[in-house]
Amino acid sequence: MASRLLNLRAALVLGAVLLGSSPALAEAVLHRGNAGEPQTLDQAHTSINIEEFILKDLYEGLTIYDAAGKIIPGAAETWDLSDDGLTYTFKLRSDAKWSDGSPVTAEDFVFSFQRVEDPATAAGYANILYPIKNAEKVNKGEMKPEDLGIKAIDDKTVEITLERPTPFFLELLAHQTALPISKASFEKNGTEFVKPGVMVSNGAFKLVSHVPNDNLVVEKNPSYWDAANVKLDKVVFYPIDDQAASVRRFEAKEMDLVYNFSADQIDRLRGAYGDQVHVSPTLATYYYAFDTRQEPYSDVRVRRALSMAVDRDFLAKEIYSGSQIPAYSMVPPGIETYGDPAKADFATLSQLDREDKATELMKEAGYGQGGKPLDIEIRYNTNPNHERVATAVADMWKNTFGAKVSLVNLDVSSHYAYLQEGGKFNVARAGWVADYADAENFLALNLSSNKTFNYGHYENPEFDALMKKSYEETDPAARSKILHEAEALLMRDQPIAPLLAQADLWLVSGRVQGWQDNAANQHLSRFLSVSE
Amino acid sequence: MSFVLRRLASAVPTLFIVVTISFFLMRFAPGGPFNLERPLPPQTMANLMRTYQLDQPLWRQYVTYIGNAVTGDFGPSYVYKDNTVAELIGKGLPYSMELGFYALLLALIGGVLMGTVAALRQNSALDFSVMSLATIGTTVPNFVVGPVLTLVFAISLSLLPAGGWGDGSLRFLILPMIALALPQLAVFARLTRGSMIEALHADHIRTARAYGLPGRVVVVTHAMRGALLPVVSYLAPCAAALLTGSAVVETIFTIPGVGRYFVLGAINRDYTLVMGTVILIAIFVIVFNLVVDILYGLLDPRVRHD
Repeated sequence: MASRLLNLRAALVLGAVLLGSSPALAEAVLHRGNAGEPQTLDQAHTSINIEEFILKDLYEGLTIYDAAGKIIPGAAETWDLSDDGLTYTFKLRSDAKWSDGSPVTAEDFVFSFQRVEDPATAAGYANILYPIKNAEKVNKGEMKPEDLGIKAIDDKTVEITLERPTPFFLELLAHQTALPISKASFEKNGTEFVKPGVMVSNGAFKLVSHVPNDNLVVEKNPSYWDAANVKLDKVVFYPIDDQAASVRRFEAKEMDLVYNFSADQIDRLRGAYGDQVHVSPTLATYYYAFDTRQEPYSDVRVRRALSMAVDRDFLAKEIYSGSQIPAYSMVPPGIETYGDPAKADFATLSQLDREDKATELMKEAGYGQGGKPLDIEIRYNTNPNHERVATAVADMWKNTFGAKVSLVNLDVSSHYAYLQEGGKFNVARAGWVADYADAENFLALNLSSNKTFNYGHYENPEFDALMKKSYEETDPAARSKILHEAEALLMRDQPIAPLLAQADLWLVSGRVQGWQDNAANQHLSRFLSVSE
Repeated sequence: MSFVLRRLASAVPTLFIVVTISFFLMRFAPGGPFNLERPLPPQTMANLMRTYQLDQPLWRQYVTYIGNAVTGDFGPSYVYKDNTVAELIGKGLPYSMELGFYALLLALIGGVLMGTVAALRQNSALDFSVMSLATIGTTVPNFVVGPVLTLVFAISLSLLPAGGWGDGSLRFLILPMIALALPQLAVFARLTRGSMIEALHADHIRTARAYGLPGRVVVVTHAMRGALLPVVSYLAPCAAALLTGSAVVETIFTIPGVGRYFVLGAINRDYTLVMGTVILIAIFVIVFNLVVDILYGLLDPRVRHD
């Protein structure tokens, strides 16, 4: 009797286990580490990729990035560009719906874009949509939001007129600032439209709950036009700004994805988790800017010599454990429309040859050993890695030129405030992460008209003219060639010394399927699934 | 009663002074909430400054802030833009307080118990081990204790979660609670041991013993009362600190409390958020000091409030 009971129990337990693990019943949940707490879920106020990952799961723009980081149709099924390159006509999907079941209309996009440019909204990334006709004037309050170059031709047709041909416009539309909001929801709820229980979204997922600094849960949106192909039922985002804590939670199998961890962990993690460790080159450049307004950095020979004397391989391998790549161009590799960037001419030399040449150049300029003394101050924003880079570079300049190098660091806000407000310096660290996958996004930083980003106040009319030409060129190949010429000039003059092309570090658990590394760092949960 | 009212009335100017000093001190820090690693274009910056009234003269911003704060409006967070400061603190505080309360209980009960035992067995092996533990508790920072606990109990043994609040059940709270309580437990243990040794040598204890009262009664009802005075005075700052959350422990264990806001707010130059946390901590300190003063009156016959 007793043994029979035992068997019965065993059968029950076994049955329960089988039922519990049956794929038809198990909920597919992706536990997604996010590098911090989103500052906002409002497309008008978003500025960082922590928000981008969430927003792009919730909403779908006219264009989107696929799993490989390529632009594909999103809410718009097709589009046409007029011959003059100035007017785009987008046809929305007939079955595109909001999560409350109402249709996504052209008017929703018109409303969303006008809201971003309305100065009263104070959108952080309003400039992303500046290529649209009158956008800048609207944003400055010189014109009304209704004057923006976007129109609803009918319920499902959006017409966008541009200020000038913009070859990378489809990339801009895939930015999270260009995600639509439901006009009806905003008119009803105002800025509360971002809250769980209120938010209406048109992407593959919808917002369920949000506990700041603990988790944000989204679940599959049954109204999404492609819901049949969305494999995950739920995605839980964990906002963790402490990289070590993220790694620990991955190791405790509490999270499937971790974005960005400390580079000095790469070797250990590779040993323990093998190919779950992803080092994916990204569209970001780590560089030093020279203040070209003052001696000796106004002398191109000094700038070139200093740049050449930096052993980038050492920085990449020793400081970043191979998680960054030596850079000799402002534009990082990996931009499809641009191909190989135009590198500095000394990229092909060995480091020893570079140092010889650098010493010669410096002597010619009359500085360093036997010349005027070189007192260099490197400014950087407080961060252990930046400090190690600055220390290494200081050492290289000391050894090559006998320079006296001092280091100054300020926290991020103060560092950039100083540079943006035109503060004088010698050499300053800066970084740039692409807003959109186009070379222009990197090269425009050094336009003489760029008062904010051109920290070193580089002024070269020839460079400016080439950039201007590139904006007018509509043929992609010809445009790419012009941009290469511009970059070659920039690399010849070295107002900035690119040091490293950055990589995104991801931990991707073995249970995640459909993951593809890509330079645009685009990973919509829609394309992912999990296996048990 | 009038003592409590008087103390509460004097808290208002204290709070006002704290708020004023913090408001202006913070503005001395270079940069602002919108100076990011990626600089904003001038037009965007202008729109933001206008929207958040940061383009106004500082004195006017101050007057506006005080005017709003009095009515309970602590402004929007400049960084976490979907939320007001009151919402952020309102959401986070229950987590910090719950965790802090458990940690406080653990520290207080554990510390007093260990301290008493050590005092009663002064200079024994037990005393030495308790005191070494207390020394370790004070000297090893919780940014070391926290990760070590996780490595052992979450990653190696897979017994407890590595972080997060989860469903708020005890297993999520055990590790952060220990990390949070340990340094305070050590302080309580040392304080109790010291004052207990002193109390045991006091005249009235000798008298009690001479009357032949049992040892337990002497310790618990007579010595303990005097020995607890320093513990009670330490309770106020300790409770205020634990209940308002620890930036370090909350970060290590990814707890959604308010402790991190003070540090994050300062780094991000999120002026209103910093002000909100300053006010919060100030209120806790003021209230707990008051509570302790009242407790003191009950414990120490020499102190009487009227």
